[in-house]
Amino acid sequence: MSKYQDVIIAGFGGQGVMLIGNLLAYAGMEAGLNVTYIPVYGPEMRGGTANCTVVISEEEIGSPIIFNPKSLIIMNRPSLDKFQPRLEDKGTLILNSSLVDVDLVDKKRIKAFAVPANEIADSLGNTRMANMVALGAYIEATQIIPLKVVQEALPQVISSHYQHLIPANSQALEAGANYVQEKGSL
Amino acid sequence: MSKKRLFVKGNEAIALGALAAGCKCYFGYPITPQNDIPEFMSRELPKKGGAFVQAESEVAAANMLLGAVSAGIRAMTSSSSPGISLKQEAISYMAGSELPGVIVNMNRGGPGLGDIGPSQGDYFQATKGGGHGDYRLLVLGPGTVQEAYDLTIKAFDLAFKYKNPVMILGDAILGQMKEPITPWEPEVPEKEAKEWCLEGAKGRPPRVIKSLYLEDGALAKHNLKLAQKYAEMKKEILFEEFLTQDASLIVVAYGSIGRIVKSTIRTLRKQGHKVGLFRPITLYPFPSEALQVLAKEGKKFLTIEHNLGQMVEDVQLAVCPYAQTDFHGHLPGNLPTPNDFEEPIIKALEK
Amino acid sequence: MTEKIMFPKPQVLANRPTHYCPGCHHGLAHKLVAQVLEELKLPEKTICVGSIGCSVFIYNYLLLDTIEAPHGRAPAVATGVKRARPDKFVFTYQGDGDLAAIGLAEIMHCANRGERVSVVFVNNTIYGMTGGQMAPTTLVGQKTTTCPGGRCKDREGEPFKMAEIIGSLGGTAYAARTALNDIKNIQKTKKAIKLAFRAQLEDKGFGFVEILSSCPTNWKMTPLQANERIAKEMIPYFPLGEFKNTLGE
Repeated sequence: MSKYQDVIIAGFGGQGVMLIGNLLAYAGMEAGLNVTYIPVYGPEMRGGTANCTVVISEEEIGSPIIFNPKSLIIMNRPSLDKFQPRLEDKGTLILNSSLVDVDLVDKKRIKAFAVPANEIADSLGNTRMANMVALGAYIEATQIIPLKVVQEALPQVISSHYQHLIPANSQALEAGANYVQEKGSL
Repeated sequence: MSKKRLFVKGNEAIALGALAAGCKCYFGYPITPQNDIPEFMSRELPKKGGAFVQAESEVAAANMLLGAVSAGIRAMTSSSSPGISLKQEAISYMAGSELPGVIVNMNRGGPGLGDIGPSQGDYFQATKGGGHGDYRLLVLGPGTVQEAYDLTIKAFDLAFKYKNPVMILGDAILGQMKEPITPWEPEVPEKEAKEWCLEGAKGRPPRVIKSLYLEDGALAKHNLKLAQKYAEMKKEILFEEFLTQDASLIVVAYGSIGRIVKSTIRTLRKQGHKVGLFRPITLYPFPSEALQVLAKEGKKFLTIEHNLGQMVEDVQLAVCPYAQTDFHGHLPGNLPTPNDFEEPIIKALEK
Repeated sequence: MTEKIMFPKPQVLANRPTHYCPGCHHGLAHKLVAQVLEELKLPEKTICVGSIGCSVFIYNYLLLDTIEAPHGRAPAVATGVKRARPDKFVFTYQGDGDLAAIGLAEIMHCANRGERVSVVFVNNTIYGMTGGQMAPTTLVGQKTTTCPGGRCKDREGEPFKMAEIIGSLGGTAYAARTALNDIKNIQKTKKAIKLAFRAQLEDKGFGFVEILSSCPTNWKMTPLQANERIAKEMIPYFPLGEFKNTLGE
């Protein structure tokens, strides 16, 4: 079976879900794989969630839009309500447990990793890097591409205005990965 | 070693393709979901010595295109559905005046203001002329971001080869999604259009570019010439066949829907269903002959579109001596996913 | 006795009769444009943008590279031509229906952008080609086939004063209104055309000249009566003169 992964990344507007979607896809490309990234806009954006879908594959990619994803990165409660039922059986869930109650997770059906992304980001000096913590956790949980490639891709997706934040973001990615390595799944 | 891949939106790939193809002028007007194109062009075209104009309307933008290409240079306009309706005046004039304008339509939902999401509701408008009079555009329907780049380059070549407007018909999915592309630099002919373009009547008789033919029989002759040109264009037919050889059902779908259906077909193949995909890439001229060959082999057909049924008429015409095509229309306003097509495909297969 | 031709036929003017009606001023306006083009040595680098209306066949009379624009769009087409070839001389020749009704957005924005193009605007207060319908410049009280009782101010509004409007825009370098009803005004018209062309040539901005012209056929008048109408009815409402001139003369 050739390498394939798809993920819906969802949260509030402003949580940086589009940014980590871009970063993941860009890094996938740098890792030599085929990738697609698509932001979902329209009425869904007003329901409390912004989301994007990333597909990473060794094969040519068909659909960039996925109804039943193999994995999820969920940053807030409305996103969990919306997307958890659509996650494939035994799919991977990265849940921002700083903002979402872990008891809501359907543990029997899916493989969930509860990551207090906001707290971890806070401890690193900036809550806004919770998205990077979550992505780091995702990379560790799925092993789809090496974390190092993601870290190296940061300068390509972070706007020139924020380039000075790259080392901190890189650290946040690593912190998320370490957290998953230590705590494992629910 | 191949060139470094870029990770770009479909809209940006079109703009990059236009720059690579030697596009010298861009005229546009803001409308979602294609704004990345004018934004990119306003930033990058002047760096290459080209001109960017944000026009007062889509009507004006398309007429600026008409003027620019009459001077024999490569130029482009882009818009989305409601804006493309407004461009039809100039498009008809360009077809009648045999001018090589390139027009991009990132199709959104309609009719009227519709929405800003994806749709294939403009297939008829794109492939059957669109404006007044009896004419055709060459219509290219990219399905991937790389194709958006490649076909934009091709659009300029074809426009000048046939002295005919060419339309790139994408949608909000293709425009907004990002995918890696490998850019390449085509050879752009240095002396193009020298034998017909307007540059001042120096040392030769004046040239007139027009679409008005009032003398007895003149318009008939002109239309016949255009018809012969459209027949010539059949050489340019492009399509993709995916797992069609042993398939008992062929799904016909183009653009973004084509690639989404491809995922459905992969899933169904794993379940043992013999289904394949036929994806027209040139929407005009339409790959009728290739479809007819498949029909002769006794295959069943299902046309899937993101509308209430437009291309299905062309498919039906192509296969009608030997087969009928079923139709499944995904409605605009709903983002299509591969799951949406499983049931219609299985139904058509079992019919 | 020696004979001196005071009003010679320019080379760029085709040697053929026009389709214009007797007394129509289009032929005269064409000739003035042709004279100015030659005096400025422009014909070999000129691209003319034709429009829709009686002057649609301008390419039959002015021997220039010409493109036919859709109705009202000549300023947009000219923008495209000029942006593609900034080294060329580009002008449009438009009537009042074309320029001031369907093409109002295009002319305003072309002028406002300060496109380096020139516009010759023939105002005869009526749609000539289609048979005498009301134009945006039709005078209040003037009868046409679509305002048979005469243009009513309360219903159809007042006629557009295009030279003033264009003169008020930042991108305009030159805007003037002239008339073709007598020799003196014909000479002034030629001067104004030259200045409108020079505005482009000297990279000053957009050049515009509105020419009050006659349409005896649709006015249902003799050519002489038509000339008198220009003086008595049109000029009082459409004052002659320059409304903008940044050329320094």
